[in-house]
Amino acid sequence: MTAHEQFADDLALYALNALEGNDRANLEKHLATCSDCRRELEQLRGDGALLALSTIGPKPPARARQRLLDAIAQETASETRARVAATTTGSRRSWWGWLGWAATAAVVVFAASLWKENSALKQSLALMGSQSAQTAREMEEMRRIAAPILSPQAQHITLVSVKTPPQPQGKAFYLRNRSSLLFMANNLPALPPQKAYELWLIPMEGAPIPAGVFKPDAHGSATVVNPPLPSNMEAKAFAITVENEAGATTPTMPIVMMGTGE
Amino acid sequence: MAELYDRYSSIVYSVALRVLGDAGAAEDILQEVFLQLWRNPGAFDSARGSLGAWLAVITRNRAIDALRRRKPETDIEDVIVSVAPDLAGEADRQRAAEKVRAALSTMPAPQRNALQMAYFEGLSHSEIAAKTGEPLGTIKTRIRAGLIALRKAFQA
Repeated sequence: MTAHEQFADDLALYALNALEGNDRANLEKHLATCSDCRRELEQLRGDGALLALSTIGPKPPARARQRLLDAIAQETASETRARVAATTTGSRRSWWGWLGWAATAAVVVFAASLWKENSALKQSLALMGSQSAQTAREMEEMRRIAAPILSPQAQHITLVSVKTPPQPQGKAFYLRNRSSLLFMANNLPALPPQKAYELWLIPMEGAPIPAGVFKPDAHGSATVVNPPLPSNMEAKAFAITVENEAGATTPTMPIVMMGTGE
Repeated sequence: MAELYDRYSSIVYSVALRVLGDAGAAEDILQEVFLQLWRNPGAFDSARGSLGAWLAVITRNRAIDALRRRKPETDIEDVIVSVAPDLAGEADRQRAAEKVRAALSTMPAPQRNALQMAYFEGLSHSEIAAKTGEPLGTIKTRIRAGLIALRKAFQA
């Protein structure tokens, strides 16, 4: 008896989620290394799908369609509200100059994630020959909204009190469940040669995580968009240090800017 | 999403209804499956099989989880389904369904029953063995042979 024959019956049960205990653990170990058995598993799931077909006939009630579309619309709307609220509430206290930015940035973060969702959805739909023209229009609209922030040609203007000399400011917008981060700063002091600023995500526990190396432009402005970050990492704070141009894996003191969540 | 719903809601609803035997509960599963697809459209890899077959498997798994009041066991991304017939159109699915029903009707009754208990009632092979009084090994073999008999019905 070969290894594959030994697992043949268990594979069928596994395809139906009906394999338990040690048999399941042993099979999963084997599947990790055996592409033949993985292919057979896909086939067996397909055989199960054929069995499922034997049920077709009943149609869902008409209200179910509207219920789904309402749920999708509601989810989209509440996600937008939550993001805008999260970014504007704090701004009212101490970020008057950032109010416009905060609202725009919330739209950009939302636009980026919606664009990501839309592009994945678009791919699936296109492959099935049912691409939605409305989705394409929405993507175009989101790109248009994002352009003033992401385009290198865009003018970035920060308004501050005329009596106060400009202070370095940074603002991070972070969605941990999407590992999505938008950081914008201005009035940053110029750097010595071969040096750059590095942004750090300070997690609730453990060492600071690099969140992008950047250099400000001639006006002291800089933007970091979606640096690679571990998934679902809760942030206690964000901080900035000055590092060599290539960036560092641990921050070099002193911290030049720091902020905690609002 | 409305277009996908129009095309595939019937198969999702039918499978959920067969497993749960309750129209309201089947409608909830229908809602859940399509919302998941909307939230995570990349979960379905169209290069690896038909959306109709994938939805049938996802729905069956979710409905069994609901029936047995347990948390969903598998992430939808983990499930790859490979199926031979084209299930995109309503007519294709009707033809395939007739073939499956014919194959089931020619199967020995103990084999058909074991397969249906495992698939639509979510019973483990030991539960089926306890229910039918037959050896565990026999039940295992019947389930596999039943699935493969369905596959062969489409190779003929």
